[in-house]
Amino acid sequence: MKEGNRALSLYTLLVFIFLLGPLVIISITSFEPGTVLKFPPEGFSLRWYKNIFEVSAFMETFRTSIVISLLGNLLALLLGVPAAYALSRYRFRGRDMLNAVFLSPVLIPGIVLGFTLLRYLIVVYNLPIVAGLLIGHTVIMLPFIIRVIASSLENFDFAVEEAAQSLGATRLFTFFKVVLPNIRSGILAAVLIAFLESFNNVDISVFMTGPGISTLPIQMLTYVQNYFDPTIAAISVILMVLTAALMFIIERLMGFAYFTKR
Amino acid sequence: MNKKAMVLLLPGLLFLAAFMLIPITLTIASTFVQDGKLTLEGYLHFFRDGYFNRILLTTLRVSAVTTLVCMVLGYPAAYYISRTSVRKKSVLLALSIFPLLTSPVVRSFSWMIILGKKGLVNSLLVNTGIIDKPLDILYTPTAMMIGLVHLFLPLIIITLLGVMENLDHELVRAARSLGASPFTAFRKITFPLTVPGLIIGGILVFVGSLTAYTTPALLGGKERVVSTFLYQNAMTLNDWQAASVIAVIMIVITFVVVGLMNAWANRLNPKG
Repeated sequence: MKEGNRALSLYTLLVFIFLLGPLVIISITSFEPGTVLKFPPEGFSLRWYKNIFEVSAFMETFRTSIVISLLGNLLALLLGVPAAYALSRYRFRGRDMLNAVFLSPVLIPGIVLGFTLLRYLIVVYNLPIVAGLLIGHTVIMLPFIIRVIASSLENFDFAVEEAAQSLGATRLFTFFKVVLPNIRSGILAAVLIAFLESFNNVDISVFMTGPGISTLPIQMLTYVQNYFDPTIAAISVILMVLTAALMFIIERLMGFAYFTKR
Repeated sequence: MNKKAMVLLLPGLLFLAAFMLIPITLTIASTFVQDGKLTLEGYLHFFRDGYFNRILLTTLRVSAVTTLVCMVLGYPAAYYISRTSVRKKSVLLALSIFPLLTSPVVRSFSWMIILGKKGLVNSLLVNTGIIDKPLDILYTPTAMMIGLVHLFLPLIIITLLGVMENLDHELVRAARSLGASPFTAFRKITFPLTVPGLIIGGILVFVGSLTAYTTPALLGGKERVVSTFLYQNAMTLNDWQAASVIAVIMIVITFVVVGLMNAWANRLNPKG
């Protein structure tokens, strides 16, 4: 038994080295002073971190990515919070089916969704590319928003809401004063998870670029296909720090139970 | 139906109808029409063409191997995590979630550093004298597969962990008290009860690999899979008809795989 345990823990250790090793390597190479990515690096320099701020395309696409993710998030909240509330609060026929419909964007391959949105939003509906980008990101954020918020509504006792209403509070007042404050951390966690999902998205964004408009992941993708200097390694480190920070907040807000729940 | 519920659901439903269901339905419909006539020509053209069949085969092969490797690496790791101390468990869970939330561009790029001509693997192999010329690993299906395993391994670990946490440990204890060895208890109780989870995790990995774009685009070089071929047809060749046909083929494969494997997982589920 003991030996079996030791073998299993060694195996797990190797699995985690495989999982995290590449991320450590990318971080180390970001300090390479030369122009070619190498491991191990030949010295220590922050020049590629400086380079990120000097290549204007990175700064512009970073801003676009932030704006699209935040606006998309807002839209997804406006559409998703009422839906999540209705799906958790009321029992009605077709509820399971509607639930499935709201989660369906994750079933459609991202690259297929991106292409169909390009084909119809831009060409048939004649929308500007930025609008297509925003709509596409809202579509993929919606399932995350609804799932996380519905799961925090599961822990909310709707009797409290009924009590408030029986004391004379209006529906809307109860929603804002009783329901929302109770699921506050769930909503914030949903926003952060959806933000990361949208910020890292490639499959939709890759079709929604035009003159002067692109997102950071797409800019990184294009850059890597043309240059092989340590700039992308430096950006990667910054993105990983951002991810770790958001992850820490998500953990504080609702733990990691959401991730292991199917 | 409840009227209040409907009012709250409507905005979201209209949004999804306008920006997902209708565009996809129209895309599907468009593949059956050519010059105003109903036809299967779009599809026949693809399957008669050896090039597309090769791409489809590469994609399926890479996805199948990725799924298998993820199962072999992920299952024991998830089992270990589920049995370890609370402290270790939360650290290992956090270390699995972190890559999952990290940009796929970053994660694929890290493999370019490792697998490249002057990358870590080649310099190790050349410096130790095992080989004298660097291997071509990057821009091959093998590189794609390694990148995809790295991309989806956390997903299968986390899925399996969820299943293992819900496992009734009383059953294992009962088996042990009746004289079963730890290995027998694992083989007769734990494993059968977690197989449906393994299949569900496998679906996620297989479908994810089948439709992933970033990893094959960065690590595959000229080697195409269906997703990069769809992109190439749409954006480089501007052949939207061809791209639509590929899109529909991808949707169909995804739904067939999910449906079949779900049915299989349900049949194996002892709780029915």
